[in-house]
Amino acid sequence: MEKEKAQKDSIDQLNQIKAMMEESSKFISLSGLSGVMAGITALAGAAYGYFVIKSNLDDSLYDGFYFSLNSITVSVFWQLLIAAAITLIVAVSFGFLFTLQKAKKKGQSMWGKTSQRLLINLMIPLIAGGVFSLALVYHGLFGLIAPVTLIFYGLSLLNASKYTLRDIRNLGILEIVLGLVASFYIGYGILFWAIGFGILHIIYGGLMYFKYDRA
Amino acid sequence: MIEGLQKVFESRVRLGLMSILMVNDQMDFNSLKETLKVTDGNLASHLLALEKKDMIEVHKEFVGRKPKTSYSATKLGKQLFKNHLTALEKLINSN
Repeated sequence: MEKEKAQKDSIDQLNQIKAMMEESSKFISLSGLSGVMAGITALAGAAYGYFVIKSNLDDSLYDGFYFSLNSITVSVFWQLLIAAAITLIVAVSFGFLFTLQKAKKKGQSMWGKTSQRLLINLMIPLIAGGVFSLALVYHGLFGLIAPVTLIFYGLSLLNASKYTLRDIRNLGILEIVLGLVASFYIGYGILFWAIGFGILHIIYGGLMYFKYDRA
Repeated sequence: MIEGLQKVFESRVRLGLMSILMVNDQMDFNSLKETLKVTDGNLASHLLALEKKDMIEVHKEFVGRKPKTSYSATKLGKQLFKNHLTALEKLINSN
């Protein structure tokens, strides 16, 4: 009897140790719902981008490897850029809001050591990818922007996954694979974006919501 | 009593403290307090107990004008924690 109690106590202790290690080194308040909302926002953005391109360019111009800056008019380029920026801002805001809510519920600080580490490690590959994408725009290599953003986003998630829920790691790997596939299908950028930033986010956000948030 | 089991870890707070310092090189007082959800006085007394046993080290620095106290696990502390884990494992696997 006494032995059984000692064993049960030991298991309790181990669980407690695990919980403390995770909570102090990982930002576990990442909300699944923020992923779902980011995905929906991305799909809306992609649909809008598709509409803009369809109505302004004939298909032959949209499908080539090399775009000279002239084939997309400046006004179309700006429309797409603004749409992308709005999509990003809306998606990040939703993510922030849902995560703040979850952090409050869990009693984890939104701006603590763990969230800072998570953000820094996320931002390093992300900024590198962003600058590289600008270089592609500069050289007029529009066809490579979608694959590059997906690959770098995947690398960011992979890098950040050490500091948050482990599911993020698998999402990162999927984004990288998708980006690599996309690099062989130049011209289908919006489709791959919709899959990577839209559908994958919705699937993973949903999975994480049911796994961690609903209880 | 199984060998390696540390009496010092019978306290939930001290066990939590060492768990945190095993996976974080250093952590400041307020972050520890937040993670463990204990009062200032409670945390301070447990930190002192671990410090007296040479299991943790105190680092004091100034951030701007505010003093900031951080803690890290010593080699001895890490070893004792590992021994404790091994002992727990033995206890669970014994029948």
